[in-house]
Amino acid sequence: MSGRIANTESRGVRWLLCGIAFIFLFLFLVLPLAAVFSEALAKGWGAYLEALKEPDTLKAAQLTILIAMAVLPLNIAFGVATAWAIAKFDFRGKSLLTTLIDLPFAVSPVVAGLLFILIFGAQGWFGPWLAARDIKIIFAVPGMVIATLFITVPYIARELIPLMQAQGREEEEAAVSLGASGFQMFWRVTLPNIKWGLLYGVILANARAMGEFGAVSVVSGHIRGETNTLPLHVEILYNEYNAIGAFAAASILALLALVTLVAKTFVEWRMRRETEVLLAALPPERNAGGATPRINGNQT
Amino acid sequence: MKRTLFTAALALAAFGAQAQTSLLNVSYDVARDFYKDYNPLFAAAWKAKTGETLELKQSHAGSTKQVRAVADGLEADVVTMNQATDIQFLADKGLVAGDWAKKFPNNASPYTSTMVFIVRKGNPKQIRNWPDLAKSGISVILPHPKNTGNGRYSYLAAWGWAQRQPGATEASAKGYVAALLRNAPLFASGGRDATTTFMQRRLGDVLLTFESEAELIAKEFGRGEFEVVYPSESILAEFPVALVDKTVDKRNTRKQAQAYLEYLWSPAGQENAAQNYLRPRDPVVLKKYAAQFPVIKTFTVDEVFGGWTKAATTHFKDGGSFDQLYVNK
Repeated sequence: MSGRIANTESRGVRWLLCGIAFIFLFLFLVLPLAAVFSEALAKGWGAYLEALKEPDTLKAAQLTILIAMAVLPLNIAFGVATAWAIAKFDFRGKSLLTTLIDLPFAVSPVVAGLLFILIFGAQGWFGPWLAARDIKIIFAVPGMVIATLFITVPYIARELIPLMQAQGREEEEAAVSLGASGFQMFWRVTLPNIKWGLLYGVILANARAMGEFGAVSVVSGHIRGETNTLPLHVEILYNEYNAIGAFAAASILALLALVTLVAKTFVEWRMRRETEVLLAALPPERNAGGATPRINGNQT
Repeated sequence: MKRTLFTAALALAAFGAQAQTSLLNVSYDVARDFYKDYNPLFAAAWKAKTGETLELKQSHAGSTKQVRAVADGLEADVVTMNQATDIQFLADKGLVAGDWAKKFPNNASPYTSTMVFIVRKGNPKQIRNWPDLAKSGISVILPHPKNTGNGRYSYLAAWGWAQRQPGATEASAKGYVAALLRNAPLFASGGRDATTTFMQRRLGDVLLTFESEAELIAKEFGRGEFEVVYPSESILAEFPVALVDKTVDKRNTRKQAQAYLEYLWSPAGQENAAQNYLRPRDPVVLKKYAAQFPVIKTFTVDEVFGGWTKAATTHFKDGGSFDQLYVNK
C-alpha cells in the first residue's frame, strides 16, 4: 500500500480521539434515535400501532411519499441535465449556473417558502391571475411540491458534477466518432458511468424531500388530513401533548432515515468496487501515481 | 422539461379537487380538541336537516400565522380565532365583513375563558391573588406578551386588575406590571411552551394561562401535580368566529358555513364547549356545568382598554408599554 500514511501519534492520543468521536456520536445521534423509539413505545406496541393507524397520520405519510414521488423525477431530469452541461461542455455563464445550483443550500427554507407566497400567494405576483382561473398552488399540494423541489434541487447535480468531471469526455467523444447519436451516447455511455452516483444523489434528495419542514410549513396551510406532511404532523401532535402519536409518526421518519442509510452504504460500496475494477483494468502507465484506489488498508 | 412540470402541476391540481361539499375551518392552535368533537356533531345535525353530507376540514396553527395564510390565499370558509385582532386583520383586507362582530350573538364569540393561576400542589408559595405575583422571590411563567395571544391576555389581565383597584392610576398599574415582569425568568414562545416550561422543566412558582388549558394539563400531567387558583378578578377572553365572505361566495358555501357557525350557539354546541372546559354563553348549559366553572368577576378588553386595536397600540406595538417596561427590567 503505497498511499498509506504511518501513524505518528501515540496510542493514547489515538484512543482519546476515537473515544471523543464515539461519545459524540452516541450522545448526539444514537441516543436521540433510541429516544424516538422508546417514547413511541412508552405505552406498548398496542398504543404505538393505534397511533400509526390514526387517519391523519396515515394521510400525512401518504402525502409525504406523494410529494417525494413528484419531486424525484423532476430532480433527476434537472440534475442530470445540469451536471451534464456543466461537466461536459464549456459555455458562457457556466460559473453562474454552478453558483445558482447552490442557491437552495444558501437560502433558509423558511425564506424559500415565503418567496413562493410572494409569487403565488393571493396578494403575490401571480395570485390574482391564478385565483381568476381557480388554480390553487399555495396552501395546496402543488405549492408543497414546488417548495420541496426548490430545497432538493442541488443534491443530484452536486453529486454528479465532480463524478462526470473526473470521468472526462473521452468516452463520449469516442462514441460520437464511432457514429453514435446523442441519445445513444447518453444512454449507452454516460448513464452507465454515472448510475451509482445518480442513485446516491437520488437517495440524498429523497431523504431531504421527506424530512423537509421549514419551506413546506410556510406553504402548507396545515389542513389536517390534506396538506400535512409527516414532519408537520409530528410537530402538531407534539404540541397537542400527544407524545405517543408524535413519536410514532417520528419513528416512521426515523425508519425511513435508517433505510436511506443502508441504501446509501450499499451504493457507496458499489461505487467503490466499480472504481477498483475500472482502475485494475487500466493499462499500467495510467494507473500510476495518485491514482491509487481508495482502499482502506489500515487494519490496526 | 417545461411540459413535464406543467403536466405534473395539472395532475396535482386535479388531485386536489373534489366533488363533495366541504368546509375549511382555519383556527388557532389549541382549538383542535374542541372542533374535533364539534365537527361530527354539526355534520350529523346538518345531514339530519338537509340530507347533505359535509366534509369538515380543520387547520390549526398560531393564530396570527393562520390569518396571514388566509390573507395569502388559504381558502377558509370560516375562521375561528382567539382574538378579535386577528379577525379584524381579515376585515381590513376585505375578506371578512367589516361588521363581523355583529353578525352573531355575544360579539360573535360562542364561548369564553379567563386567565387563571396554576401553582404547584399545596400552593407552597401561598399565591392567592394578583398582588402575590409581584412579590419578590416569586417566579412567574407566561408566554411572550408581545407576540402570543396567550401572553397578551396574561399581560392585559394583570394590567386590568391593577387599573381597576381603588385609587389606581396609570402609574400604579404600570408599576405593578413592571414588578410582575421582573418576576418572569423568561417568556415562553406560546401557551403550550409555557405549560411545558412550568410542568415538565418545573421552572417557576406560578403559570398564567387560560382556565381551559388547566384541564388539558390535568389530562396530560395528572391532577396530583398542580392546583388552579382563581384570582379575585380576571379578564374575559372571547373567541370570535366569522365567515370569510370572499371564500364562501366563490365556493358557494355560504349557507353551510353560516349554519356551521350558528350551530356553535345551539345547546349541543354549547355543551361541547363546556365539555372542553370553555365557558358556554348559554346560561342553562353554564348552570349545568357550574361545578366546573367557579364564579369569577371578569372585565372585557373593550371595557378596560377600549378594544383590541387600542390595546395593541398602547401596549404591544414597538415602543408600547411592554417595550418600555421590558427595557427597564
